[in-house]
Amino acid sequence: MVEFALPKNSKITGGKTWPKPAGATDLREFRVYRWNPDDGKNPSVDTYYVDTNDCGPMVLDGLIWIKNHIDPSLTFRRSCREGVCGSCAMNIDGQNTLACTRSMHDVKDGAVKINPLPHQPVVKDLVPDLTNFYAQYASVEPWLKTTSPTPQKEWRQSHEDREKLDGLYECILCACCSTSCPSYWWNSERYLGPAALLQANRWVSDSRDEATGERLDNLEDPFRLYRCHTIMNCAKACPKGLNPAEAIAELKLKLVERQV
Amino acid sequence: MSTPDTPKRSMRTPLSRVRNLGAAHSGTSDFWRQRLTGVAMTLLMLPVIVVVMMLLGSNQAGAKVILGSLPIALILLLFIFASAWHMKIGMQVVIEDYVHNEKLKLVAVMLNNFFSIAVALASTYAILKLSSGV
Repeated sequence: MVEFALPKNSKITGGKTWPKPAGATDLREFRVYRWNPDDGKNPSVDTYYVDTNDCGPMVLDGLIWIKNHIDPSLTFRRSCREGVCGSCAMNIDGQNTLACTRSMHDVKDGAVKINPLPHQPVVKDLVPDLTNFYAQYASVEPWLKTTSPTPQKEWRQSHEDREKLDGLYECILCACCSTSCPSYWWNSERYLGPAALLQANRWVSDSRDEATGERLDNLEDPFRLYRCHTIMNCAKACPKGLNPAEAIAELKLKLVERQV
Repeated sequence: MSTPDTPKRSMRTPLSRVRNLGAAHSGTSDFWRQRLTGVAMTLLMLPVIVVVMMLLGSNQAGAKVILGSLPIALILLLFIFASAWHMKIGMQVVIEDYVHNEKLKLVAVMLNNFFSIAVALASTYAILKLSSGV
């Protein structure tokens, strides 16, 4: 059966409260999930105080400030710091989002609570192991597949057909949607999840692609596709404002269309 | 219905684990039938409520008279057929979602099929018996 309780070695214990920075007047409390695979201890939640006058407004700025000024061992992924790379996806105040585009002032009342993306193995602190997620993306073969002779210049596409990719091509594969989906939590080994399915629909919807039927064949499966029950957490979580649930519904519609 | 090897137990590549046994190339029929029976039940709900209200307070003889009408018997039969099928598909989805032990899942899916067929047949028999006046 589905496990609703955390295993013993995953139960979160009380963490360390780090001293407040000296001389700071405007402090913001951060409560951050910590887990180190090497010390054999259970995870904990550490409390930090960030000097908001000395750091940028985003949650990622706060984390970088903590790493630079208080605790260099705090581990998280980050790269572009402007919502393009998808590296700093984490659960902030109960919502999967990008730390670089979520302002710490938008987190209402009390501490900014930060956890790794839910229901993924943790590598360390806020770094989830996304191996399965990336393999699922690879499994939808996210590249143009053609059999016609390659044109001398380029594969042409009308403006109307190009517009069909809007709302799909913008996905940055941050995994906020997939890891917010209960169906993905329960069946992530077999259900491809909203991110991979949105990407699948991106290629199914591409007028230049010649493998549409084959792509749909590979998705037509009670687990790969039909575990989506339109829960819509994916659309709520997406930091790019995309709607993976709608993309999945389009896939289901296409499968019915070719059958009925 | 097999679950791919977990990373701890296997040296297979992540892509191989995701691809596993390949796509089942099914599921669309169940998806379509679930919608079909859903729409059917929505359309039949009002007539069924009317029939049930007509049956309220009547004894077996009265019920036989009401169900002796072909349209009424047909409405009830269609409703039983649609709802039993919808129930079977819906319950199977719940089982597949939450039951991860493969043997238990097989047994649960089997029992779900048996139960749905039994409920549908028992209801059909009762309606036919009353409507034929036996």
